Amino acid sequence: MELSEHIKTANVEDVTLRRPFHPALRGTLCVTSHHLLFSNRKDEASWQLLILLKNIDAIEKSVENLFGYPRAVGSSGTITIKCKDLLVLQLEIPGMEECLNIASSIEALSSLESVTEMYPFFYRPSHLTLLGPWGLSTTEQYYKQTERLWDRWRVSKVNSDYSVCPSYPSAVIVPREVDDDKLIRSARFRQGGRFPVLSYCHHSNGMVIMRSSQPLTGANKKRCKEDELLLQAVIDGSELGYIIDLRSAQQAQQARMTGGGFESKSCYRHWKRIHRHHERGKVVQESLIKLVEACSDLSHSVDRWLSKLENSKWLSHVHSALSTAGLVVECVERDGHSVLVHGSEGTDNTLLVSSLAQIILDPASRTVTGFLCLLEREWIQAGHPFQQRCAHSAYSHARLKQECPSFLLLLDCVWQVWRQFPLALEFSEALLLRLAQEVYASNYGTFLCNNEQERCAAGVKENTHCLFQSMLKPDIEEQYLNPLYEPTDLAIWPSVHPQSLQLWTGMFLRWTEYAQNMEEAREEVWSIVKEHRERV
Amino acid sequence: MEHIRTPKVEQVKLLDRFSNKSVTGTLHLTATHLIFVESNSTSAQEIWILHHHIASVEKLSLTTSGCPLLIQCRNFRLVHFVIPRERDCHDIYSSLLRLLRPVSYDELYAFSYNPKQNDQQREEGWQLIDLAAEFERMGVPCDQWQLTDVNREYKVCETYPRDLYVPITASKPIIVGSSKFRSKGRFPVLTYFYQEKKAAVCRCSQPLSGFSARCLEDEHMLQAISKANHNSRCIYVMDTRPKLNALANRAAGKGYENEDNYPNIRFQFVGIENIHVMRGSLQKLLEVMGTRSLSMTDYLVGLENSGWLRHIKAIMDAAIFLAKAVTVEGASVLVHCSDGWDRTAQVCALGSLLMDPYYRTIKGFMVLIEKDWISFGHKFADRCDQLDPDPKEVSPIFTQFLECVWQLTEQFPQAFEFSEWFLIQIHEHVHSCQFGNFLGNSQRQREDLQLKERTYSLWAHLLSEKQNYLNPVYSLSFAESHPVLEPSTQAYHFKFWRNMYHQYDRSMHPRQSILKHVLTLKESNRELEGTVQALKTKLQAFGVSTSPLKPQTPPRERSLPSRPQSLILGAPLLSRKEVQQEEDEEVLGEEAREDAPASTDGERTVEGSSATENGYGELTGSFGSKNEPAVVTLEFGVARMTC
Repeated sequence: MELSEHIKTANVEDVTLRRPFHPALRGTLCVTSHHLLFSNRKDEASWQLLILLKNIDAIEKSVENLFGYPRAVGSSGTITIKCKDLLVLQLEIPGMEECLNIASSIEALSSLESVTEMYPFFYRPSHLTLLGPWGLSTTEQYYKQTERLWDRWRVSKVNSDYSVCPSYPSAVIVPREVDDDKLIRSARFRQGGRFPVLSYCHHSNGMVIMRSSQPLTGANKKRCKEDELLLQAVIDGSELGYIIDLRSAQQAQQARMTGGGFESKSCYRHWKRIHRHHERGKVVQESLIKLVEACSDLSHSVDRWLSKLENSKWLSHVHSALSTAGLVVECVERDGHSVLVHGSEGTDNTLLVSSLAQIILDPASRTVTGFLCLLEREWIQAGHPFQQRCAHSAYSHARLKQECPSFLLLLDCVWQVWRQFPLALEFSEALLLRLAQEVYASNYGTFLCNNEQERCAAGVKENTHCLFQSMLKPDIEEQYLNPLYEPTDLAIWPSVHPQSLQLWTGMFLRWTEYAQNMEEAREEVWSIVKEHRERV
Repeated sequence: MEHIRTPKVEQVKLLDRFSNKSVTGTLHLTATHLIFVESNSTSAQEIWILHHHIASVEKLSLTTSGCPLLIQCRNFRLVHFVIPRERDCHDIYSSLLRLLRPVSYDELYAFSYNPKQNDQQREEGWQLIDLAAEFERMGVPCDQWQLTDVNREYKVCETYPRDLYVPITASKPIIVGSSKFRSKGRFPVLTYFYQEKKAAVCRCSQPLSGFSARCLEDEHMLQAISKANHNSRCIYVMDTRPKLNALANRAAGKGYENEDNYPNIRFQFVGIENIHVMRGSLQKLLEVMGTRSLSMTDYLVGLENSGWLRHIKAIMDAAIFLAKAVTVEGASVLVHCSDGWDRTAQVCALGSLLMDPYYRTIKGFMVLIEKDWISFGHKFADRCDQLDPDPKEVSPIFTQFLECVWQLTEQFPQAFEFSEWFLIQIHEHVHSCQFGNFLGNSQRQREDLQLKERTYSLWAHLLSEKQNYLNPVYSLSFAESHPVLEPSTQAYHFKFWRNMYHQYDRSMHPRQSILKHVLTLKESNRELEGTVQALKTKLQAFGVSTSPLKPQTPPRERSLPSRPQSLILGAPLLSRKEVQQEEDEEVLGEEAREDAPASTDGERTVEGSSATENGYGELTGSFGSKNEPAVVTLEFGVARMTC
C-alpha cells in the first residue's frame, strides 16, 4: 500500500492551531506522507510548523455534532496532538469529516512499521551527500586511535556475518590472547550471544570497562571454560576485577530459573561481583509516562506535585544510574581494577552505566565529537534496540511492548553531570535536547533499526544521512557548544545526594513559560563570554 | 572569659556529616568563637563558629574513640566532634552552654566587634539607608499621603518606627482611636506607594473586633485610605492568616474586619500558617535533609511531608495577589495578620519586590529589609533567638522571605542585581549578632541600646564587598521591560534551596559554578576595557590615531584571571584579613592551589568530590581495608590527582 493512500484529506483551510503559552493561529493544515504542515500566511511573514508524523505519539479527537447533522455548517472537530518531544498541540478543524480523515491519516502514518518507508529514506537535503563514509568512526578506527590497546587487545571480526551475536557490530575489541573460537564458545554461554567485549580503556592506568549480557549458567550452574578464560585474560595477572551486576542479588538468583545467571565466585575466582539493582523496561517507561503526566498537569498543589514526582520514580532511576556509574569509575580510577558490567540482556542499563562511566572518566568523551562518538560506539554499534525502545514515548495509549527510555535516561544523567560540572563538558544542554528529540523522530537514519545487522539489511548507511555527521558541521556544531568549556583531564565525580539531583526542567518543562527566561539568561552568558574572548 | 574552662583541646576528630570521613585537629574556645584547626599541615582547614550561631550543643554518649559533641548552628551548619577525654568534652560543653546563651545585650558580639573603622566611617555606614529618602523616592509625602508625628515619642505604638505615613484625611484622633482598636496599637500605615496608579500598600495588626465590637475611628481610618486613592475606591483587606485562626482569635476579643462595618472593603483570607507551624515545618525539613544516605524516595517524601515548600508557595501566592491588586486594578491594599510583624512583613516586602525593580537591586533590597522588617518591628531578637530564649517565639519567618526571593531569582535569572550568596550572607548575619542592624525587636529598643553609636552596620559591610554578590546576568533592560514581575506559581517552580540549607555540606554542591565563572569573566572584561581606555589615552597623548585598533599581541592561551576563592564555588569571596568574622575558611588552602596555573607542577586539583563521600557504594567496605592508591589523596571532598 502506498503511503499516500492513507491520506484521505490532504488540505484543510481555516484551521486554528493552539499551543501552550502562544496565541492561537489560523492557517492551512496539510498532511503529507511523512509530515504535518501548518502554515499561517495571514501576515506578510508566513509562519510554518512542520512536524514529522513519526514525532506524534498520540492523537485525540473530539468531534462536535457527531450525531444529528453530520454535514451541518459549523460542525467542527478538535484534534489534540501529543508529540514524542513532549509538545502538545491542538488543531481545530472545520468540518467533521475532514477532522476524522486527518486524524485517521495521522494515526496510520505515524505508526509505520517498515523501516524503509520511514522519512530518513526520503530526506535529501541539498547540502548533504549520500556519498562517503557513514557515521563518525568504526571499531577499527577506534582501536587505531587508542594506543593503549595495541599491546594486549585486538580487533576480532568473528562476528563479521553477525552469526555469533546478532546485536553486536561486525568488529569488536577483545583480549589479544583469546582466539575467535573461544569467543564463539563464550558467546554461546551469554544471552543473545553478547560475550564480554571492551567498552573503554582508561588512559591513565590501562584498566578497562567490559560489557556483556548475563551468563547462561541456568539452574544447574553450567560453566563455560572459554568464558572464564576470556575474563581471566582481561585482568591478565592482576589480582582482581569487578563484575557490576545491574540486578539485585535476588534477581540474579531468580534469573537462573529461566536459564540466565551470574558469574559464581568459584568459577571466576579473580572477579568480585557487586549487585546493584536497576529497574528496566516497562517500569522505566511507566516512570517516564508518570513524570510527563505530572509535569503537564498544571493544577497541582506543591504537595501533590512532589508526591507525583516521587511516585514517578524517574529521579530514582537517575540516582541509581549515576551511583552505579560512580561505582564503576571508583573501581577503575581509584582502585585501579578492570570492570565488567552487565544486567540481563546487556543492551540497556549496561550501556547506560558504561557510557556514563566514560563521561565521568574520560575527558575525550566530554567534547562534542567525543560524546557523539561515544554514543555511536556504545549505543548504536553496541546494539541498543532503538526501534523497539523508542517506538512510543510518554503520551502513547498503545499497549507497551518493548519501549524503554534508556537513552533519555542517559541524556538526563549527562545533564545532571553538566549541572555539577558546567565547565567540563564541551557541549551544552541544546545538544542533549536535540538528541532527545531525534531519537524518537528524525530526518536522519542514525537511530533507525535495532542493531548493525538490521541496519545493513535495510541499507540504512547507503540510503540515509547520518545525524552525527550533520551535527558536527562547523556552522551547526556551534549551537551546541558550551561557552564556558574548560577541559579538564581529571575524573568528574558527580554528587549523588538526592539534594544534588534535579528535575531536568529543560527537557520536561521545555514547552512551558519557564524555558524563555532561562534562554535569555543563557544568551546573556554567551554574550559575556564572547565579549571576553574578543577583548582577550 | 571566665566561662571558658578549657581553652584548647588537641586530637579532636571532626566527622563528616554525610560520609565516614574524619579529620583530626585542635579545638580552641575563645570568647566569641569556637575554632577547629586541622593538624594536617598541608591543607590546614579551619572552621570558625561564632557562638551566636550555635543553636544547640549535645553531648552524646561515650564511644571507644572518645566523647562525641554535636553542634547545630542556625546557619544550618552541623558539626560533629569527637573529643578524646570526657572531661575536656564536658568542659567545652558546659562553657558553650553558657556562652551561647548571652544574658544581656552587652554580651552580644556586635558590641565587641571592631572592624577597625573610625567613628565617622561607622556613622557613614549607618547613614547608607535612609527611609525618609525611600518614601520620597516612592513619591510620599504627596497630596494624599503625609508624614505624621503622632508616634514621635513611641506613644501610640511602641513597635512602630517614629516616622509614619498616613492619608492626609486621617487626623490625630482617628489615628489614636484606630490604634486602640488594633492589636499592640499597630494601626494602618503606609508601607509602599505605587506611584503609577497612586495605590497604597498599608499594613497593620488585627482589629480587636471580637464577635461584634466596632470602632468608628478605625472605620474612618480605612475610609481615609480608600479616599486617598482616586483610582479605585475599593480597598482589599488581606488577612494573611487561615480563616480558622482568625475565627479562633475572635474568641479572644481580636479577629478581623466585618465587611458590613467597613464600606468599600473587599476582605480576603490568604492562609499563611503561623510561626509555630513554620518552625515545625523547618524542623521536619532539616531532619529529613540531615539523614545519611538518603534515598531519592525518602528525600521527596520528606520534602513533601515537611510542608515547607507549601508554606513558601502560600507566601508567594499572597504577594502575587497583592501585586496584582495594586498594579492591575490600581486598588489600595491593607495587609495584616495577628500582630502584623511576621506574615504581614513577608507579604508586604515580597509584594513590593514584585512591583518595584528598585527592590531587586542590592541597595534597594537593603532598603526593603530596613523598611518592612527592621523599622516596622519584626521581632528579630525573638524570632532568631538572640537573647533570653523562648523557644516558642523562634521561627524562620525571615528565612522564608529570603527563600521566596531566591525562588524568584530562579524563575527570573536576569531580574535581580544580586545572586543567592547575597541572600545567604544576609541570613548569616541576621543570626550572627555581629552587626547592629538586626539586634532587638523594635526601633525603640534599638535606640535604647544605642546601636548606631556602639555597633556597625551590616549594609556598609555588604556594600564594601558588593562585587561578590553580583548576579552576572542581571539586566537593566529586563528590569525596564518587566517592572512588575509576574511569577508563575506552578508547583514545579518551587524547589529545595540546597545552597541555603546545605551551605556547609560541600559534597552536595556543584563542583564548578557558572555564576562564579561568569562573574570572573565579567570582571576581567571590565578590567580589559579599562586597559584599552588607558592605552588609548596614552596613544592620543603621543598623537597617534586610535582607530583602527588591532590587537598587536597574539591571544594568550588560558589567560583567564584567577577565580575568587571561597568556601563554595560561587560563594562570595571572604577576605583573609577579617579573620574575626571568618566562620567558613574550610578550603582556602585547596582552592588557592586551584588558582595556580596548571603547569606549575604535576599536581592539580579538580573541583570534584571523592568517591567515598558521594556514597556510590560499599566498595572499600566489602573488600577489606584497601589502601587508597598513592596517586589519589582525598581531602575534604576534593580529589587531588597526579596526572
